Amino acid sequence: MFTKGYLIRATFLISLLSASFFAQAEELIMSRVTQTFPETMVNLQSAIIKTGYKISRVQRVDIGLTKSGFKTDKYRVVFFGKPEEINMLSNNHIDLIPYLPLKISIFSENNETILISNNPLSFSGMYNDIPKAIFNRWRDDINTIFKLTKNAE
Amino acid sequence: MMTIKRLIILLFIGTPFFTAGADEIKHGLQLFENNCSVCHGSKGQGGVGIPLSLPSFIDSVSDNYLRKSIRYGRPGRVMPSFNNLSDTEILAIVKYMRTWTGNKGRVFSNKQVKGNAKAGKKLFNQYCVSCHNAGGTGGVGTGVTFSRPRDAAIIAPSLNNPGFLSSAEDLFIKETLMEGRPGTPMMSYKAHGLSEQDINNLVKYIRNFEGGPYPYQAYDTDSAVIKVESPYTFEETLENVKGAILGKNFKLIRTQALNQGLVERGKENNKQMIVYFCNFNFLNRALAIDPRIGFFLPCRVTVVEQNGKVFIMSTNPLKLSNLFNNHELNEACKEMYDIYTELLEEASL
Repeated sequence: MFTKGYLIRATFLISLLSASFFAQAEELIMSRVTQTFPETMVNLQSAIIKTGYKISRVQRVDIGLTKSGFKTDKYRVVFFGKPEEINMLSNNHIDLIPYLPLKISIFSENNETILISNNPLSFSGMYNDIPKAIFNRWRDDINTIFKLTKNAE
Repeated sequence: MMTIKRLIILLFIGTPFFTAGADEIKHGLQLFENNCSVCHGSKGQGGVGIPLSLPSFIDSVSDNYLRKSIRYGRPGRVMPSFNNLSDTEILAIVKYMRTWTGNKGRVFSNKQVKGNAKAGKKLFNQYCVSCHNAGGTGGVGTGVTFSRPRDAAIIAPSLNNPGFLSSAEDLFIKETLMEGRPGTPMMSYKAHGLSEQDINNLVKYIRNFEGGPYPYQAYDTDSAVIKVESPYTFEETLENVKGAILGKNFKLIRTQALNQGLVERGKENNKQMIVYFCNFNFLNRALAIDPRIGFFLPCRVTVVEQNGKVFIMSTNPLKLSNLFNNHELNEACKEMYDIYTELLEEASL
């Protein structure tokens, strides 16, 4: 016979395994690069261009924070996209506009650097009128950009 | 005297560890680099995640604990569940982690510790609450990183977390309480004067968290964006948005066309304008909770004209909060959701 304790644990484990509403590892795309921030930033921008995108701008988050008196290490956000694709999507699917262009955040951690982006597939279910292939390609391209940046070490 | 049969069984059980080949270790290293190092550091020294290679940690946990922790994660406490990895891959990661000290993992049976939860609760409130918080919710500040000022390298784990409770054996919890964890604030409660029965009572109390309510709930939202239609012209709406932002004590950073920087200058679509803004105090607070949120920075509202209609839009922070598996971030995201909603309403009134 199962004891009450075992039944509680079994129920608990089942509920944990079925808790699909909690974040899975695939929600974010992240990478640690064992190079300093300046080198990684150069390699990241080069990787974005090699993958067929154009960089629209770089937001210097750390500068704003430092000017406001807060302590932070280097922290930037790189915005990028393909001009024709951004124009097409923003004209035909305006609900996607708040997520455009694509972004990667890059920040320093001691002598290493962290790259983070969201997995575009996480949002594909909310845009049923947009082909899933677009989100798949964005995910693959972000993975490629991260690999190129890491392999440039 | 050990019988030959028992010796054969022991050799059989021990075989996988001792025969962990170079290829398997190499595979484990690659998997660790791809999946774990970004938070736990390239050599497990810690970062956003705990320092796994700390000898007093890695040598005191079982392979079972590590495998289950990877599989289940820590719901609401940053560590995601790695359902994308196979059992073989998770085992390879664990075998790689063992190379940090070269020691085998501890083995704990699933034997349940017998104790008095009521007495354990009293002891918990006396000795554990200052770090692990009431109800074992854990220390505040998951998501600390070396990129930001940090007071402690290790935040007390959440003992009521379903991922922890499903991974930790009673005897593992007991030993941690008995011996402490050198190199961390976790002290030995045996050395501190608690009896074995006291510690059993504590284990029982911690184990009883399993019967409690699920500690963290993610936001249930179907929409990736917040969107309202404006009754004003495009230009009026854009000015209304800027005014509402300033009224909320945010600083305007820049206003630009969505495709600015992507298309030739002069060919931007000026009917798709983004207004970037920030409150650096709020930003610093959010980054301290979770440094990974940067790719949704800075705050932005977009004004779009399409087919004669003007819309004001933003991302839905409630949707975004679900990506990070960080319940502390949920509050900041809810705050941001309220701010965006108010901004959009004010600009379209």
